[in-house]
Amino acid sequence: MRYMMLIHHDEAALAKAPPSLWGDYAAFNEAAAKAGISYQPGDRLQPSAAASTVRVAGDKTAVLDGPYADTKEQLAGYFMIDVPDLDQAIAWAARCPSARYGSIEIRPFVAA
Amino acid sequence: MPAETGDEAGRAAERVARESFGRLVAFLAARTRDVAAAEDALSGAFAAALHQWPKSGVPENPAAWLLTVARRRGADVARRRALETGGADRLALMAEELEEAASSPEAIPDRRLALMFACAHPAIDRAMRAPLILQAVLGLTALDIAAAFLVPPKTMGQRLVRAKNRIRDTGIPFHVPDREALPERLDAVLEAIYAAYARGWHELDDGAPGLVEEAIWLGQVVVGLLPDQPEAKGMLALMFYAEARRPARRTDDGAFVPLEEQDVARWDRDALAAAERLLSQASASGPSGRYQIEAAIQSAHVARRFNGAVTWPAIVALYDHLLALTGSPVVALNRAVALAETDGPGAALAALDPLATDERLAGYQPYWAARGALLARAGQSVEAREALTRALGLADDPAVRAHLRARIEALPSAD
Repeated sequence: MRYMMLIHHDEAALAKAPPSLWGDYAAFNEAAAKAGISYQPGDRLQPSAAASTVRVAGDKTAVLDGPYADTKEQLAGYFMIDVPDLDQAIAWAARCPSARYGSIEIRPFVAA
Repeated sequence: MPAETGDEAGRAAERVARESFGRLVAFLAARTRDVAAAEDALSGAFAAALHQWPKSGVPENPAAWLLTVARRRGADVARRRALETGGADRLALMAEELEEAASSPEAIPDRRLALMFACAHPAIDRAMRAPLILQAVLGLTALDIAAAFLVPPKTMGQRLVRAKNRIRDTGIPFHVPDREALPERLDAVLEAIYAAYARGWHELDDGAPGLVEEAIWLGQVVVGLLPDQPEAKGMLALMFYAEARRPARRTDDGAFVPLEEQDVARWDRDALAAAERLLSQASASGPSGRYQIEAAIQSAHVARRFNGAVTWPAIVALYDHLLALTGSPVVALNRAVALAETDGPGAALAALDPLATDERLAGYQPYWAARGALLARAGQSVEAREALTRALGLADDPAVRAHLRARIEALPSAD
């Protein structure tokens, strides 16, 4: 099954993360790429301070200067994997270095 | 008596029907991940089996019988639903699986354990794990399950549907977890089965087909399929200990009888023997978990009540162990009650003091009942009356309420 792994960071906790985090990330990307699963690395997003949220009601376009929801953990990036079942998706989520600085939401794609 | 024999045969037939149903649902669901579709495909045949087998006898190959009827009915259902959108692919897939299973029904592997692990997966709401297992593995209806879990039938039905969709849509696997993950995941399965037992234990109407019997049966299935797991045996032993005492927990008039006052002649010797055997097998084969320790505590109570053996110190030690493992305030409470027997009510009350501020116990009737009993033994009648009155206010079982009222009345009057 194909899963989108949505990385949510606690931005305050991430700010205090040691620089070695990005080395861990490189290792994670490499391990996932070589694991024999279909792995698509995603991109990093700028922090939620850079977010704008748009809604259209009638003919009015409203723009909010901030993220969709003002919560402690914010969407920070994503990657995609194709593995046989949820247990394996959970295992990859747990290996992702970001899981220690927030959470990983696992969302299956709608089957084509 | 012939009537009883007939009834027994009927129950045995029902048991075989449920067992065959569970095996087939597990097999079909493990191949398609679609529990609801597997149940749909078999439900007509299962209903027919529940109706016919108790009267006409169990067929020689129950699984083959169910599959034959399911295929015949499946064709009708497929025709009827042919015009409906969605679900058609699932129906077709399930029909194919049925054909394949029917081609060699004797070769269908037992995947019920895999089904139980899927139902008790961490991605499934904890409160729904037991209901899911009861439905998918035993074929209980949402109506039966709703009554036991004190939820309106419609709500229970919707929650079951949602949970099954979740199993299918999120890709929850149907397999027994590998060694590393097994203990933790098995815990969830055992917890769900024990929750079903605990629900059933409170049912007093012995005529109703209770959850206790179903839960014990599930426990036996797990022990049979995972014979190397001591905790599974520990849980089954614990259920048998509780089961052995069930007939003695009420008088013939329905009055509540606490453990200390139970007539041990009314304890079920067969259930006790089964419990002792399972517990000793479990203790011999591995480290002790929660269920084994709880079963060992029950075993110590049995030895004490039957032979007058001095087992209170062992019981306190077992509770120490259990408390370190679970950190549960209820365990701390039970430990304090046992401590009263070794060190006196004063020591027990001192052990309860740190719990006084625990919000989880503020509304827990057994806490106030135990505290009241200890205070009465310590001669603190005024405080005892207060605690027992609080317990009385929290009790919802009329027999327990009557018992507490009698204890309050037995206190020396304050003057």
